[in-house]
Amino acid sequence: MMPTPMQNQQQAKPILEVHGLIVRFTLRDGALIAVRNVSFDLFPGESLGVVGESGCGKSVTFLSVMRLIPTPPGKIDAVKMRFSGMDLLDASKRQMRRIRGNRISMVFQDPMSSLNPVLTIGRQMREGIQLHLGLSGRSLDDRCIELLDKVGISAPEMRLKSYPHQLSGGIRQRVMIAMALSCNPSILLADEPTTALDVTIQDQILRLIRDLTRDLGTASVLITHNLGAVAGTTDRIMVMYAGRIVEKAPTPLLFKDPRHPYTQGLLRSIPRVDQPAGRRLYSISGAPPDLLRETIQGCAFAPRCPLAEEQCVAQAPSLEPFAPEHLVSCWKAADAHQHG
Amino acid sequence: MHINTDKILQVRDMNIHFTFGGGLLKSGRKAVLKAVDGVSFDLLTGETLGLVGESGCGKSSTAKGVLQLYKPTSGQVLFKEENLCDLQGEALRRMRRQMQMIFQDPYASLNPRMTVLRIIEEPMKVHRTHGNRKERREQVIEMVQRVGLNPSDIHRYPHEFSGGQRQRIGIARALAVRPELVVCDEPVSALDVSIQAQMIHLIEALRDQFNLSYLFISHDLSVVKHISHRVAVMYLGIIVELAAKEELYARPLHPYTQALLSAIPIPDPEVERQRTAIALEGEIPSPLAPPPGCRFHPRCRLREAVCSRQTPQWREVAPGHHVACHLV
Repeated sequence: MMPTPMQNQQQAKPILEVHGLIVRFTLRDGALIAVRNVSFDLFPGESLGVVGESGCGKSVTFLSVMRLIPTPPGKIDAVKMRFSGMDLLDASKRQMRRIRGNRISMVFQDPMSSLNPVLTIGRQMREGIQLHLGLSGRSLDDRCIELLDKVGISAPEMRLKSYPHQLSGGIRQRVMIAMALSCNPSILLADEPTTALDVTIQDQILRLIRDLTRDLGTASVLITHNLGAVAGTTDRIMVMYAGRIVEKAPTPLLFKDPRHPYTQGLLRSIPRVDQPAGRRLYSISGAPPDLLRETIQGCAFAPRCPLAEEQCVAQAPSLEPFAPEHLVSCWKAADAHQHG
Repeated sequence: MHINTDKILQVRDMNIHFTFGGGLLKSGRKAVLKAVDGVSFDLLTGETLGLVGESGCGKSSTAKGVLQLYKPTSGQVLFKEENLCDLQGEALRRMRRQMQMIFQDPYASLNPRMTVLRIIEEPMKVHRTHGNRKERREQVIEMVQRVGLNPSDIHRYPHEFSGGQRQRIGIARALAVRPELVVCDEPVSALDVSIQAQMIHLIEALRDQFNLSYLFISHDLSVVKHISHRVAVMYLGIIVELAAKEELYARPLHPYTQALLSAIPIPDPEVERQRTAIALEGEIPSPLAPPPGCRFHPRCRLREAVCSRQTPQWREVAPGHHVACHLV
């Protein structure tokens, strides 16, 4: 792995700063807080993995950064939310439109529903490049072909004339990545980009995102439920649970010395193809809290945690440094040795 | 585990073909989609056979063919030595009680307007396995407890439960009529990571308690490795390799199996750094026009001239290890 982003962090200024983000939704059945006081920095060129289960707030966090949460019913509050020095909380709709797709772009889970089925690939690709970079005519087409070539699509001139339904899921996701990178964004947000794809294609797409963003110096955020997907493709990982970051560390450290019992539990409960089949899987008891129906006091993981004590139920721990660059939100972080 | 050598299920050269086009007004030729094209395997009593492959490989069609939800175009499905393909109506319905299914999506597979009691009771009514309401209710309560829910849950509706709990309800419904064979179609794929392990343990425990035999369909080779005794790998409508799981994962012989296994990311950065995936060339061809010879040859890095000319034989290359490849 390349030594770049981690070493440079002290000197580099973060490209994205989020501090104290809280996202609430007021719904017919009640109110819920989907993101509870989330803070993190993203540095230029770094690759950040965001791991958690459905409903943990991982997608809502980044949709809020992009200001793609409809308000109402949503409400976004933060102490600070800045992209390359610019305040995202106060930005006008017009300013946000200039950022989205241009400076920060996104790739979603389902490439079929993110592409317009009645327009050709070329038409859809040209739109963004024209809008943001002002290219036209021959140079516009050249740029499209160059991008499709870069994401490993053969015969790109022909693909420009294809419609989305004529392409396989893997190719469609490559097209999405090409479009996302078309304006040389500073950040690429990929939300479960491979979940809808077959195993052999998943691996290709993850490697493609990793290699392209590295080459272009684009910072990337990989949002996923799959710890395997982030192990080989990210520099840092943050693990989320019930709307909070529970642990944040450089990727090798998170896997080697996880300190939050939830991270530990996740790692031990995944069946692995590289391990003997007889190994008994650990299972985390219970289920994540239903944020709409339950009010959370103390640590949200306490009801499922093997190490929980009175303090854990009474008071929520904050995200504290456990070691350099390793933050854990757990009262028992020092005791939480990995067993098994 | 009680695996004996009795074969509860024998599938022999099963074909499931779908015909398209060629309607009354259209003069076009008929197109035949061979979703399952000559599949054979056995399932032993008490055994779990994993069926893996990528989308469109025919693994779900195979399962539906076994249960006669799709009538196989040809071939035999012997369930306890009776050919299900010959049965119809009442005779088939009687056999179906012994074969149940657990579905992938715990949201779509439960009727939102029914209580848990009615959901689990329904197959008992259909198959008339329990005399009266009271007996059915007792059975529902027993099943609910076996899958880890509370007896008081039976009057609640599906939307009041989490995904994992709903999957438990679906399992209780499948097992309420005391089947012997259960087809599990991606039963953990829709669940969150921290719930998957619970469900795998439950499915394993129930197999041993009720002496069930499972046909376990999944695209996730790690889950299949954990739960199965033997594993069959499908590609484009055929089984390309079948072996005991220890053997298959340690010594995959078919180039497709090798590629599949090499593509799985390992949740360990150190292992990941050394993992090299075997790239597959191109895309899965259309099942409407499968390639001649070995179906995998256009994407195979090891292909030779013979691969495009001749269909490889299904051979046993080591005890219990079957493979269809010219180069093995």
